[in-house]
Amino acid sequence: MLKTLTTDFELDLEADVLVIGGGPAGTWAAWSAASSGARVVLVDKGYCGTTGCAAASGNGVWYVPPDPEARETAKASRESLGGFLSDRSWMDRVLDQTYANVNQLAEWGYPFPTDDEGKPYRRSLQGPEYMRLMRRQIQRAGVKILDNSPALELLVDNDGAVAGATGVNRQTGEKWIVRSQSTIIATGGCAFLSKALGCNVLTGDGYLMAAEAGAEMSGMEFSNAYGISPAFSSVTKTLFYNWATFTYEDGTVIPGASSHRRSIIAETLLQQPVYAIIDKAAESMRPSMRLAQPNFFLPFDRAGIDPFTQRFPVTLRLEGTVRGTGGIRIVDESCASSVRGLYAAGDAATRELICGGFTGGGSHNAAWAISSGYWSGKSAAEYSRSLGEYKTQRLVLGVGEVGLQSGSDRSQPLATDEVIQAVQAEVFPYEKNYFRTEQGLTESLGKLNHLWQELRSSQVTSDKELIRAREAAAMVATARWMYSSAIERKETRGMHKHQDYPELDANQQHHLISGGLDQVWVKSQPLSIEKPLSKIGAAV
Amino acid sequence: MIELVSESRCIKCNICVNICPTNVFDRVADAPPTIARQSDCQTCYMCELYCPVDALYVAPESDVTASVNEAELVEVGLLGSYRENIGWGHKRTSTAKADQTFQILKQMK
Repeated sequence: MLKTLTTDFELDLEADVLVIGGGPAGTWAAWSAASSGARVVLVDKGYCGTTGCAAASGNGVWYVPPDPEARETAKASRESLGGFLSDRSWMDRVLDQTYANVNQLAEWGYPFPTDDEGKPYRRSLQGPEYMRLMRRQIQRAGVKILDNSPALELLVDNDGAVAGATGVNRQTGEKWIVRSQSTIIATGGCAFLSKALGCNVLTGDGYLMAAEAGAEMSGMEFSNAYGISPAFSSVTKTLFYNWATFTYEDGTVIPGASSHRRSIIAETLLQQPVYAIIDKAAESMRPSMRLAQPNFFLPFDRAGIDPFTQRFPVTLRLEGTVRGTGGIRIVDESCASSVRGLYAAGDAATRELICGGFTGGGSHNAAWAISSGYWSGKSAAEYSRSLGEYKTQRLVLGVGEVGLQSGSDRSQPLATDEVIQAVQAEVFPYEKNYFRTEQGLTESLGKLNHLWQELRSSQVTSDKELIRAREAAAMVATARWMYSSAIERKETRGMHKHQDYPELDANQQHHLISGGLDQVWVKSQPLSIEKPLSKIGAAV
Repeated sequence: MIELVSESRCIKCNICVNICPTNVFDRVADAPPTIARQSDCQTCYMCELYCPVDALYVAPESDVTASVNEAELVEVGLLGSYRENIGWGHKRTSTAKADQTFQILKQMK
């Protein structure tokens, strides 16, 4: 039986801090924990260095020098877009930490360019280079990396504190266990296998594991980000569509459509194809564009299209909570979750604190990954020290359920692919997720709840299917928190567009906390969270 | 999606097997890796970057398979083109240093 997973391991490790996820947030977490003297193990479903949405992409960073005026502009610029749910004190500390850490990247040798005044320009990172450097740095700091080793469930002690995780090497089939004093979830968001660039490793696994240990989510209604890409391609990069003209098939301009008004593109796509051409970019700018984002041009060059002079069909791919802002609820400045011993960082954690209900690719998310990664690593290391000798004496138990345990002896084999297609059918369509309605959300939730029951009562028949089954469960769970929260937010705010309530309602300027597995719940929470650094490790 | 592992170029280092974020390849003893789970390919091009001998080709189509011809790809300079563009590989310099994002953002307003 699969439950032997918790008793029979080829690889049995102990660590002070376990980091789950090897993207920007995970590597910054691992580096800062290791630099604080902790023994750190980092596990990744893929390969630390290429995994996650940052590695495959060019990344803007919310990097603003400590000039009061520039900082004020940076803070003010997105507050209304985010629906006034962000917190200025969190913005300040993220701006400070990001500034320091990006400068650290320069010291480590990241080849930042200089601008036309000869000053270093540090607001953009090429993903492959950035993540290759981060892997090297954490190895130097002594972090043990397990690649191709998805975590499947968290371990919890008798007092409910998280104490590590178990998982499997997806290539060798070897099962692993890491017993740790503290654990950081840095698994990214959930894009529901939409093939948006670099996003298919992001299936909400960390949310599911955290929720099974009792953690809460926040801002899951802000989960309907869609990125523009050529219709045939995975490259969801929106920046250059600032200089695009969007047209119908016959070449007529679509009124009002722009990269900032994607809803018009989505509405049109419901009826007919949409074309784009990057014709507003001046001739002189085009070489700079190639140098800024080489991978934007990759699909065009390979398909034989000149995007500056030839129209091409576009689509909107779901990026879900990756470029949404919801995720695991953060309860204090240490980036602790509501469960003892469990921390969250990067896209896996809520980003409402710095950008409210709206973000985009890179920028705030990149800054958040860096700073929340850094803080969670430091705090997790500190917490682990505070446990002292007790740490190795704990009895621990895996708390994963759906996809890991069968419902009963008469369980049906799990039809994983069908479950995944069914959840995608509820979250991909613009008319369901982009433009939300009470009726649509209710119908979707009915189907999603049914899917959850199906997962609950099914059995995974082989170890090989385990990883996909857990991903399927994570996606269904994520969609249920998303839509349950979306139903509760009876207004339009940030990226959450509710057709039945098209206006922002001043009485709903609060966060929506959600959680639960068999029974999903949602409650509202006033904006200000605990400001001072709470006693490390204290359950809240 | 990934469409080609060149038999003639592959040096069987299996780096692509190790670094693919979505575990598309399988290693094979004394032979180039196979594309074992093509539909899991997320068209992120990372395998091409890490291949030291430009033996891989990822077609731009992310949802359907495409047929490719190695000789033609070489002729039009597409095999290894991404690595060349971002300056990855032996004796190359990363083009991150030449990133012109600041020029682009100046035009944004």
